[in-house]
Amino acid sequence: MSIEVVTGNHAAGYALSVAGEANRTARGVVCGIYPITPQTEIVEYVANFHFTKGHIVAVESEHSAMGVCIGASLNGARSFTASSSNGLAYMAENIFVAGFYRLPILMVAVNRTLGPPWNIWADQGDTLMFRDAAWIQFYCENNQEVVDSVLLGFRLAEDSRVLLPVMVIMDAFIISHTSTETELPGQELVDAFLPPLALHHRIDVNHPVTVGGLTWPLETASSRVEIDQAMQRVPRILAEHQRAFEQQFGHPIHGALEAFAADDADLLLVVSGSIATTARKVVQERRAAGEKIGLVKIKMFRPFPASELCQISNGASKIAVLDRNYSAGTGGIFWQEVRAVLQRKPDTLIQNYLTGVGGLDVTPQCISEIIDDLRGRTEMVHPLWKGVAV
Amino acid sequence: MTIAPECLLRPGNTNCGGCGMSNALTMLGRVLANQPCIMVIPACCGIVTAGAYPTTSYGVPVIASTFASAPAFASGVVAAARLNGDSTNVFCWAGDGGTYDIGLATLSAAAERNEDVIYVCYDNEIYGNTGGQRSSATPFGARTSTTPAGKVERKKELLEIMVAHRIPYAATLSIAHTEDFECKMRTALGIPGFRFLLIHAPCPTGWKSEPAESIQLVRVAVQSGLFPLYEVFNGVEYRLSLEPDWSDPRPYFEKQRRFDGYPIDVAQVMQQARKQYERLRSLAKLTAGD
Repeated sequence: MSIEVVTGNHAAGYALSVAGEANRTARGVVCGIYPITPQTEIVEYVANFHFTKGHIVAVESEHSAMGVCIGASLNGARSFTASSSNGLAYMAENIFVAGFYRLPILMVAVNRTLGPPWNIWADQGDTLMFRDAAWIQFYCENNQEVVDSVLLGFRLAEDSRVLLPVMVIMDAFIISHTSTETELPGQELVDAFLPPLALHHRIDVNHPVTVGGLTWPLETASSRVEIDQAMQRVPRILAEHQRAFEQQFGHPIHGALEAFAADDADLLLVVSGSIATTARKVVQERRAAGEKIGLVKIKMFRPFPASELCQISNGASKIAVLDRNYSAGTGGIFWQEVRAVLQRKPDTLIQNYLTGVGGLDVTPQCISEIIDDLRGRTEMVHPLWKGVAV
Repeated sequence: MTIAPECLLRPGNTNCGGCGMSNALTMLGRVLANQPCIMVIPACCGIVTAGAYPTTSYGVPVIASTFASAPAFASGVVAAARLNGDSTNVFCWAGDGGTYDIGLATLSAAAERNEDVIYVCYDNEIYGNTGGQRSSATPFGARTSTTPAGKVERKKELLEIMVAHRIPYAATLSIAHTEDFECKMRTALGIPGFRFLLIHAPCPTGWKSEPAESIQLVRVAVQSGLFPLYEVFNGVEYRLSLEPDWSDPRPYFEKQRRFDGYPIDVAQVMQQARKQYERLRSLAKLTAGD
């Protein structure tokens, strides 16, 4: 285990590479890769890694990058890729295939505003587009969480009780290009944590099947039921692997969500990604000043941690959901999910704040203003834009 | 366990009568004999051929890919195979829509990377699976559901595009010339790297022709010089497979109602065919002169 000062991209590239290398005693690692700002350094790192048993295919598009991963995974190799923004949009069709084929592919996605207009800064709209794609999604707060979530993600994805692809997500530049102290576990530790991949539904010339041909509505619905059941198992299985992770690597890792000072809070902030670091600081300060205020960081967006959120938010009468994304015609996407989960608590005021959309800075002052605003409100209004004139 | 050769395409499939792709699959099965293979099939009649889950008409593993992705999926399959010392033949089996049109960028990229894949396009010159729309493989004059008055553009010369990638092997095949067909399949199987095979595959449903006349039709296409049979090694070595006898191409047009009502200038068509063939002949002479 070494502590190095590295960017989020470097951390992701390292974690993906050692996880891929860890499958050298099984069927190896095969990946399709394609560059796009701000994730390019990740695929560069992977392309320069010397795998004992691996093959990296530098393809002509994101659509094909995921295509290579799907073919490789169906043939039993560990597989991963990375992308961002319009690259994810271009990859979309095959992202759904990976989910519906139940392939344990891991993708690091760097949240970047979907264009147009052309914008390279952080916005979660690109990955939230895939909330319905049968992928598990982890929104990371910092470089360490990226490394840890990649390693935990492979173990979760490849668990035969799960078999769902995992997206490990970080904010553009704020995480991807910012260097911080990060623990990078050595190959031996990772080898011990990640068992060789044994995909039981991989193709086999001795037992020929047709994967993905015409399927009637009943069988198709049955396959969706199986995905639903697998998604429902995820929180419990995630907790198992979390414990194994903590034993193996000697430090804690957040599961579906993190509650901070939430126990007796009457006002809660619900956040995700790097905004959590800023919000936690503000909550600490206002707690020190005597306010009953708390924070919930939603790390796992799919499956959505509904029951955990219900428990945590029990005492709060006001909840501010901060969304670094905007779904045209409704508002923030985390807000919609939080409202859906907490609808059985009609007395709770759940207000949406659109913060950091298009890469706007979300400062401590911005978060303080949100708290003050919510304190003064008695009923929910249309999502409120922050940091931009309306 | 080995796969019996006749079992690549099993009996009982629901393909249309006179389907050229079905003949091609049967012949491929014969050539493969006991060699293992994995097929990646994008959206096209070839994946409908499998039938409905949980049954399948294919006796080999098949992966359904998205429309534009067959060569990308196959690249992943073959990379994992080779890493594990597995010499299984990996095929892409695609129609002209998935090859000439939506899948062209993916195909070009896999060819440029010289992936160890055999790409077979069964070219019926139409989007058959969706009911017969124009593709860039549809010939001049053909009526389709999206060119009701007849297509005004000429067919894309795909084999030449693939040859320009300097892949180890590229060839045109006709189901009417079975020996040549099987010989080219064997040649392709014996060469590593990216191999591209273009099969002229009649579609009676789309061509509005008699199913029983499918093979006769594509034979006329070869003999009259409309569909030259040739092969190209490494993008430079041209070999002509068969000299057309330049017989009258009119039966080809007259027996397909897709050409009804569009005045095909036979003399002009023949002139174009001869020009194309002479060009190929000169390229083949260059090869012979090396």
